Amino acid sequence: MRQNRLSKKGNGTALVSRLIQPYAYQLPVIVLMTCLLFVPIILVISYSFYDNVIVNDNPVWVGFANYKELLTEKNFVKSIGNTAVFVVFNVVFHLLIGMAMALMVNAKSLGSGAKATFRIIYMLPWMFNATVIAILWKLLLNPSGVVNQILMSVGVIDLPVAWFSERSLALGVLTFINIWGGYPFYMISILAGLQGISADLYEAAAVDGATGVQQFFYISLPQLKPILISIAMLDFIWTTQNFSLIWLLTGGGPSRATEMMSTYVYKTAFSSYQYSKASTAAVIILLVCVVLAIFYVRNQNRED
Amino acid sequence: MKTKLITKIALWIGLIFCALYAGLPILWLLSSSFKSNQSIFAIPPRLVDETFSLDAYIAVLSDEKNLRFFFNSYAIAGIVVLVTLVIALLSAYSFSRFNFPGKKFINTIIISVQAVPPITLLIPYLVMVVKMGIYDSYPALILTYVVFTLPYAILMMTGYMNTLPRELDEAVMIDGGSRFRALWQVLVPSCVPGLVSVGLYTFIQCWNEYLYALTLTKTNAMRTVPIGIASLMGQYAFEWNEIMAMSILGSLPVIIIALFFQKYFIAGMTAGAVKS
Repeated sequence: MRQNRLSKKGNGTALVSRLIQPYAYQLPVIVLMTCLLFVPIILVISYSFYDNVIVNDNPVWVGFANYKELLTEKNFVKSIGNTAVFVVFNVVFHLLIGMAMALMVNAKSLGSGAKATFRIIYMLPWMFNATVIAILWKLLLNPSGVVNQILMSVGVIDLPVAWFSERSLALGVLTFINIWGGYPFYMISILAGLQGISADLYEAAAVDGATGVQQFFYISLPQLKPILISIAMLDFIWTTQNFSLIWLLTGGGPSRATEMMSTYVYKTAFSSYQYSKASTAAVIILLVCVVLAIFYVRNQNRED
Repeated sequence: MKTKLITKIALWIGLIFCALYAGLPILWLLSSSFKSNQSIFAIPPRLVDETFSLDAYIAVLSDEKNLRFFFNSYAIAGIVVLVTLVIALLSAYSFSRFNFPGKKFINTIIISVQAVPPITLLIPYLVMVVKMGIYDSYPALILTYVVFTLPYAILMMTGYMNTLPRELDEAVMIDGGSRFRALWQVLVPSCVPGLVSVGLYTFIQCWNEYLYALTLTKTNAMRTVPIGIASLMGQYAFEWNEIMAMSILGSLPVIIIALFFQKYFIAGMTAGAVKS
């Protein structure tokens, strides 16, 4: 009798521990995420509803006033436009370049040695971080740098061009550099996708007399579609919040010609100490990214 | 036959053109790091000239300030990799081997937090870090890097663990071993390829991080390599050859990972987008 009760009690604690166990393993994650992700998100959102946070000990609740002010401010609206242009051109060219390179490396007539070599060469920009990429292109595009020298000797330009301080050029140059730095992610992902497509599909198409171009449009592209949507979504999210490359190359200048939402936040916070306004802009970036992420997650779930 | 030859020639022209696009800037980076500063902008441009030497590398490596940047970067990235791996392992184990109420919810949260932009959290982090008294210290960067590397690490580890048969750890428990033992003695050793992949990816993330390193640290004693490289750019006189040498040295860990652990490097890179 006594023994029976004991064992029953034992089962009880076993049951409780079984129920708790999965959460116990999640505990470090839950604690970290709560303290260092949810709390700061709530903080930054609350900052955006106050006036003069951080610098003032008793900030005043202002509701949506910061949002109204920001969304009608010329400089911030311009930064939204710049970010949109930057992101769209990046995603489109990443996709085109990544696809072209992946298709070439995947070509049947290419030997495995050549394949491996080109794959490594094409991956090169991905091995260098934003700081190095920024510094490298500052050297290349320096007024007396090698790009200007070559363009002048070929006769495309007569005088050296200051690529980063020309208002009409700076955004285009930044976009070009970011495209160069980011396409390897597409190339590698698309290549992995291409290699996952069953060879039977191509053989069947070849038997039916489909040309290479037809095979691409009717087999490769539809098969790659989920991957392409995934990487484009991720790229949208990443490029929208890109900070380091822009900050290091132009700092948003000349005269805000390359100002992005991210550089706007940084400057407003740490150059003019308007933390409420900066927080408001930061929340707007968050909202954009959350909307993009919802599309991304829904796309991922559809795949499952 | 003729069209086949033409396609082949076109393919090679395309391949080489793209190789130049990808490789020439890097080649110039490498070449400049071996030149003297005077010959950086020499006309006509040459890849290798008579000033070829290792002087720039020696200058960079004999400056104690730079060595400190490297030490900081290695130490911070190393600690973050360890912490992230341990936490991710525990979480992945729970996702992979248990069914519990709220599992899908927690999983969705972990996927979505990857979209939170670092720039959004910058201001509250700075406030919190200052309040906690860890501004300009290792813990400030370690904590933030763990938070940002953790979601991806958990998702990758869960995916990897799901490929391992349940019989593996169940055998240990049938023999009377605890769940914890099953995890550490059986699952972890089988997870090594996944751990290497996640670890290298996490390392690269930390190694390359710029925004938080810029904002949460102040003194040279605490700054990391990316900030060190960028600070060379801000100096009054540009020592271009030294900047390039520092850039090469600062990229070396990632280059080594990409070349010698290519499989893991690619796995880390594509796991988010490509589903097998």
